[in-house]
Amino acid sequence: MSKLSSRHLLGLENVPRQDMELILDTSVTFREVIDRTIKRVPTLRGITVVNLFYEASTRTRISFELAEKRLSADIVNFSTSTSSVKKGESLRDTVQNIEAMKIDMVVVRHGSSGAPYFLTQCMDANIINGGDGAHEHPTQALLDMFTVREKYGSLDGLRVVLVGDIKHSRVIRSNIWGFKAMGASVALCGPSTLLPYEVEKFGCDVYTDIDEALDGADVVNVMRIQLERQKSGLFPSQREYTNLFGITKDRLKRLNKNYTIMHPGPMNRGVEISSEVADSKNSVILEQVTNGQAVRMAVLYLLSGRKEEEGS
Amino acid sequence: MASKKYDLVISNGRVIDPALGFGKIADIFIKDSKIVKIEKETAVTKKEKSSLAKDQLIDATDKLVVPGLVDIHVHLREPGKESAETVLSGCQAAAAGGFTTICCMPNTQPRIDSQETVKFVQDRAKDAPARLYVVGAITKNIEGKELAEIGDLVKMGAVAITDDGHYVQNPEIMRRALEYASMFDIPVMQHAEDQYLVDGGVMNESYQSARLGMKGAPAVAEEVAVLRDLALCRLTKSRLHIQHVSSKGAVEAIRRGKAEGINVTAEVTPHHLILTDEEIGKEFNTNLRVNPPIRTEVDREAVIEGLLDGTIDCIASDHAPHTEEDKDAEFDKAPPGMIGLELTLGLIKTFLIDKGFLSWAEAIRKMSYVPARILNLPGGTLADGSQADISIIDPDKTWTVKKNQFFSKSNNTPFIGQKLSGLVSATILAGNIVFDRNKELN
Repeated sequence: MSKLSSRHLLGLENVPRQDMELILDTSVTFREVIDRTIKRVPTLRGITVVNLFYEASTRTRISFELAEKRLSADIVNFSTSTSSVKKGESLRDTVQNIEAMKIDMVVVRHGSSGAPYFLTQCMDANIINGGDGAHEHPTQALLDMFTVREKYGSLDGLRVVLVGDIKHSRVIRSNIWGFKAMGASVALCGPSTLLPYEVEKFGCDVYTDIDEALDGADVVNVMRIQLERQKSGLFPSQREYTNLFGITKDRLKRLNKNYTIMHPGPMNRGVEISSEVADSKNSVILEQVTNGQAVRMAVLYLLSGRKEEEGS
Repeated sequence: MASKKYDLVISNGRVIDPALGFGKIADIFIKDSKIVKIEKETAVTKKEKSSLAKDQLIDATDKLVVPGLVDIHVHLREPGKESAETVLSGCQAAAAGGFTTICCMPNTQPRIDSQETVKFVQDRAKDAPARLYVVGAITKNIEGKELAEIGDLVKMGAVAITDDGHYVQNPEIMRRALEYASMFDIPVMQHAEDQYLVDGGVMNESYQSARLGMKGAPAVAEEVAVLRDLALCRLTKSRLHIQHVSSKGAVEAIRRGKAEGINVTAEVTPHHLILTDEEIGKEFNTNLRVNPPIRTEVDREAVIEGLLDGTIDCIASDHAPHTEEDKDAEFDKAPPGMIGLELTLGLIKTFLIDKGFLSWAEAIRKMSYVPARILNLPGGTLADGSQADISIIDPDKTWTVKKNQFFSKSNNTPFIGQKLSGLVSATILAGNIVFDRNKELN
């Protein structure tokens, strides 16, 4: 098996396990490239990738851009602050104009759930979801999975706890589908006002008590708590959130030995995670960032349909 | 030579008039835009028919002949958004769908909250192939703050009031609206969704909204709104009509309200009877975005049950045209609504009659006689002396919904590609054939 079953990566829900394994296995090769002195391979030479960012993003955008550069792709960056979207152009018109410039792949970040699917209906390019609304952020979950697999060798049987704003987090949704497909058990923990209606149907254990959630867990993936949620009345104060759900050193006692602390960033230090925990030896937060490039290189390469000899 | 005794005779169709309890093969005789008589063929009438000119006789063999259908919830987009629908195109869509009477909602631009706008819309409908009744706004500019000049609106011909698209959020204003409207014996039609609970939701709140990461509009927003208004209706002894009931909780609330004797009526749309929110994640089809949203299978079963036991009185389409450009967008950015006038009959036949929920007579009753009574409109019956508004239906004709087939200026429906059974073959308004599918084909 050396080909993905789809020519787009829109999300991880319903992606077969073999596809995820292929991406993770391929990432190992690219992870090695990043450690070389010359961090560049000719794999995507002649392929043009557009980074279409309708929402602000620092790390995902830079990570994709570096991944593309390291694969020798040609890159166009498009963000709404500098584009004719401001002049009222529709999404379809924008992408059709971009496609008319003969591009091959699009990485899209958009505030509306389903926008990447919409793109597949307007253009022939391979579409990679770089985060759509509160729906999915598949490359983030894949890099989380890669990071955990590097440490434990396999995800089978691990207990992964996702903590934070379950309702509004696309990272959490992709993490649920990805880790579950790879054999991990997933638990969700957050304030009841930030759990989506019918959350139990995700097939995860659901907790509102962080200590119970952490009991016997291997991996804790802590999500950024958006401060605007407090303003819209979903929890009373930052202080209370930290008291109830903040990941502090004291709370880690319940975890299994050799536990792992993750955070997709950007962190609110002292709010959802203490600095002590974020900077501890069990934290892989910066490795996640490095691994993100390798995983994105693998996704770009696999979706491009290039055979290795073509690029070299 | 043309007969002078009758203007038009509809011959040999199966005539169904639920109001009269009539349902057999017969001829309908029309003179001076009125129904003169309905009779089984006799030697005398056979002779009368033979004296008719060719264009005075409609052969309705193997067809159903029913009272012209009535849709009390339709959005025409004139004035303000004529590219999506005009009064005329909306009435043409109505005629093609078998509707002879439709009621348009006031959320045009400007709003229908003054005599001038009522008259403007009425004038636009003057030569249209359907009877158009105007529903005026409850509050000025549909802002929910001050009552519109409801007396003026009624005087000009408004048959009810609604702020449809918006819930009258302030209970004090709603109480006054009910009290004030009762002076004119018109119902207040309510879009029952508490906006604080909807909170910008773009689809039903359920596991589907959870997995798609879309903001959910909870069913309880409708239930809470209905419960409040039932209490206000009880207090004011007025008439309340709940528009487009979509949730189990709302059906149960209305059922209890009716049992208690509260003067409430309710409608349901074909899409809430047929679709569930599981459709949305398949293709993010913006034509599935509608307010109130399509909900779960449990809700769908509850609105069907409500329609069958009379808790929900009638079917209304909530025909809501939008241009292709407006709908060709991200799901949460597309305007809510779908068209219905040309699809209601086929949808009800295919999904309710053919599936054994309703008989033809019951379905026709809920699409003609009952909605006409809710708004005190003429029509809905074929009784002698009534206006000759009649639909002729090819009951088992199968057809496929196509994007370019609509008389409506818009084609925003998720049913494109759907195979349906049951098609209107002709529509007669005041004794004139205003729609004839055979002529359309030629």
